[in-house]
Amino acid sequence: MTDTQTFQLDGATVPFEPGQTVMQAALAAGQYIPHLCYHPEFKPHGSCKLCTVKANGHTTASCTMPAEAGLNVESNVEEMNSLRRTLVQMLFAEGNHFCPSCEKSGDCKLQALGYDLEVHTAGFRHLYPDRPLDASHPDILLDFNRCILCELCVRASSEVDGKNVFALSGRGIAKHLIVNAESGLLKDTNIALTDKAMQVCPVGVILKKRVGFSVPIGERRYDQRPISAQALDDAPRQSDAGGSCAACEGNP
Amino acid sequence: MVLPDNDFGRHTTAKLNQILDRHGRNAANLLQILHETQDHFGYITPDAITCLAAQLAIPRARIESVASFYSFLHLKHQGAYRVLFSDNITDRMLGSQALMQQMCQQLWVEPGRVSEDDLVSIATTSCTGMCDQGPALLVNGRAITRLTHQRVQEICHLIRNRTPLADWPADFFHVSDNIRRRGLLLDNQQTPGNALRAGLALGGENTVAAIKQSGLRGRGGAGFPTGLKWEACRNAPGTARYVVCNADEGEPGTFKDRVLLTRQASLAFEGMTLCALAVGAQQGFLYLRGEYRYLLEPLQSVLQQRRNTNLLGKNILGQAGFDFDIEIHLGAGAYICGEESALLESLEGKRGVPRSRPPFPVTHGYLQQPTAVDNVETFCQAALAVQMGAENYRAIGTAKSTGSKLISVSGDCPRPGIYEYPFGVSVREVLQDCGAVNARAVQVSGPSGICVAENEFDRKLGFEDLPTAGAFMVFDDSRDLFEVARNFVHFFAHESCGFCTPCRVGTSMLKQSMDKIAAGHGTRHDLAEIEHLDRVLQTSSHCGLGRSACNPVLHTLKHFRPAYENRLKSLDFEPAFDLDGALARARLMTGRDDTGAHLNAEES
Repeated sequence: MTDTQTFQLDGATVPFEPGQTVMQAALAAGQYIPHLCYHPEFKPHGSCKLCTVKANGHTTASCTMPAEAGLNVESNVEEMNSLRRTLVQMLFAEGNHFCPSCEKSGDCKLQALGYDLEVHTAGFRHLYPDRPLDASHPDILLDFNRCILCELCVRASSEVDGKNVFALSGRGIAKHLIVNAESGLLKDTNIALTDKAMQVCPVGVILKKRVGFSVPIGERRYDQRPISAQALDDAPRQSDAGGSCAACEGNP
Repeated sequence: MVLPDNDFGRHTTAKLNQILDRHGRNAANLLQILHETQDHFGYITPDAITCLAAQLAIPRARIESVASFYSFLHLKHQGAYRVLFSDNITDRMLGSQALMQQMCQQLWVEPGRVSEDDLVSIATTSCTGMCDQGPALLVNGRAITRLTHQRVQEICHLIRNRTPLADWPADFFHVSDNIRRRGLLLDNQQTPGNALRAGLALGGENTVAAIKQSGLRGRGGAGFPTGLKWEACRNAPGTARYVVCNADEGEPGTFKDRVLLTRQASLAFEGMTLCALAVGAQQGFLYLRGEYRYLLEPLQSVLQQRRNTNLLGKNILGQAGFDFDIEIHLGAGAYICGEESALLESLEGKRGVPRSRPPFPVTHGYLQQPTAVDNVETFCQAALAVQMGAENYRAIGTAKSTGSKLISVSGDCPRPGIYEYPFGVSVREVLQDCGAVNARAVQVSGPSGICVAENEFDRKLGFEDLPTAGAFMVFDDSRDLFEVARNFVHFFAHESCGFCTPCRVGTSMLKQSMDKIAAGHGTRHDLAEIEHLDRVLQTSSHCGLGRSACNPVLHTLKHFRPAYENRLKSLDFEPAFDLDGALARARLMTGRDDTGAHLNAEES
């Protein structure tokens, strides 16, 4: 045990293996740090900034910050949570998110984070961008209105499916998701329902048709438990992290 | 083949194959391939994308993704003449907005739209680096300076007659150097090769030591010690090493690299070669901003001269095994590519999105190999430092800022242009030399730098006090500093790469708030909102662009708060008459701007 390296996260001691980032080590040790574009199966790229923490006094994205021995990380503090609330408000204001009419409601990570972080107001004037739907594919609907530009579908399609169905186009606030076809339509790509890219969208952009309400609202993923508890279940656990911890039971 | 088997299809394919062959059919050269594709076809057509994707074996969505990132690459037809007015505050102060309006009226076209007959489109672009001879514009990528109503009228005439750009009056495209004050760098008349001979006599390791000894720091603004950078690159493990010259001079108000690349290009290449000797690189790149496209051919001929005289190529100056050559890559209108890791991404043919750091470019740079990235001026200074000896070089400037610095002076002064000073010169001295009268503020180092008010004019340029990449924009007492800040906020929103949430959305929100105040609908709540956004941008942005996007607002709010408050519709239900604002003139006359000189600050 003596040669295990550790850092401090909100007063708790978190062990880590060389090469792990602060986020990876924290989740493996049953410590939750809010996140949106991070996914345990993909290389972190740190764009949403929801996971911003203070590491030795400097703010940084914890999903890309390499863990260092002796680091003092502050995450669950009002300053960081207030920042996260603003970032969630920004994402809501940037796209067109109408939760009551969205079939992803209850399964949506953005919405779940909004509840968990207690985002009670809009905060910003909404931009209401014009983003047409793509319903061209017989089995899949793309609703770009809800895209938060996390690039998980881009990464999944490229790294796991080997297809490159998705990419990001444009710059700045005009950045948007596109598909790999001269027509610009999903029906002309080689996407399949079994693709990893179909499973990773944290919000309601990539949807399988005709099953939207097969699980009733109220019985969905984040209707049951808050995202802070659910995220720990989803994270790969460290086999040698040793025994049980309260968070593993879903009670952070 | 994907294209139709007819004359059109065959012509397109043949042309694209020529372009691809010129760039080694290498996807890392995608940006250069797209430049040439657009030069030939007018824009990047869907056919061309499909063909390039097949030939390079990359997804077509990746090509669209890259092309759409850069302002100067187009996926739709932009007209036979694409006119872009430089929209820096200095261009505006010289009347660019009225000139653009005039051109739009004369050519019957709305800004940002292509004319009905596909002849012309007119829009704005970020600073084109011609602030000393503005207002300026780019037509099909070529810079035109010193615009007047007369000149705009002539341009409209040429466009209406579809006169090829090559037949336009040469005077339109003349770019003056406007060198007003010289120092060791602009005075340099050494024979090319002298610094390199001095470096070869020292050897690679001692060249690094000499650069460290000289105290040279990066001239791009951040001021990282150049010797430490070269040493780290030299010592980093890797299969190849690279030297990259950052000539993506995008900071509004900066144009010194334009003049250096015109007057001292060989010295810059000499500095790069010296760096190659020091770190052990065989390949170098100069990343030239798209706005300086007109410098490409002259620079290439300087490179050729250096190859002809054995200053580049194999066994340089007879030193067996010292092989190094330099390639020029063109940028395409993205300010963010001035950030070194974004520049490397762009150099690899990708979207110019800054990388997560660590690792840093000195260990994981171009193609993940050790890379030394330095500014044009830094390479020039490095060559001078080795040539004249570290101790002699150290004697110039100040203790922590050695050597000289080129300052790009523009704005309200009769003698805009390039001024070279030893580090440590005060803002006031520069103002005196450029003949500025009634100066009210100076924006040092561009929108991401510092706004210096009159009571701070004795501050000194240098890393100890006012670090600068070289921009020096002067505003006299007729200028509205709120409008200056608003122009800069628009600039950052336009140039945000869009990677991270705070910068992508935050810069747009900041722009919205500033526009609301400008339209006369602002309240004190908006000022609080701006201050809140500032904190979010500073604490959570991915790179320096987001972190500095609020600087112009923060600095002008600090020094010129009345410029904001005078525009507010309501100060939280206070009377419409702004008592504190009424004292602005008195504050200006007394040179006071401390809290005691403000009414509302005293109350709270």
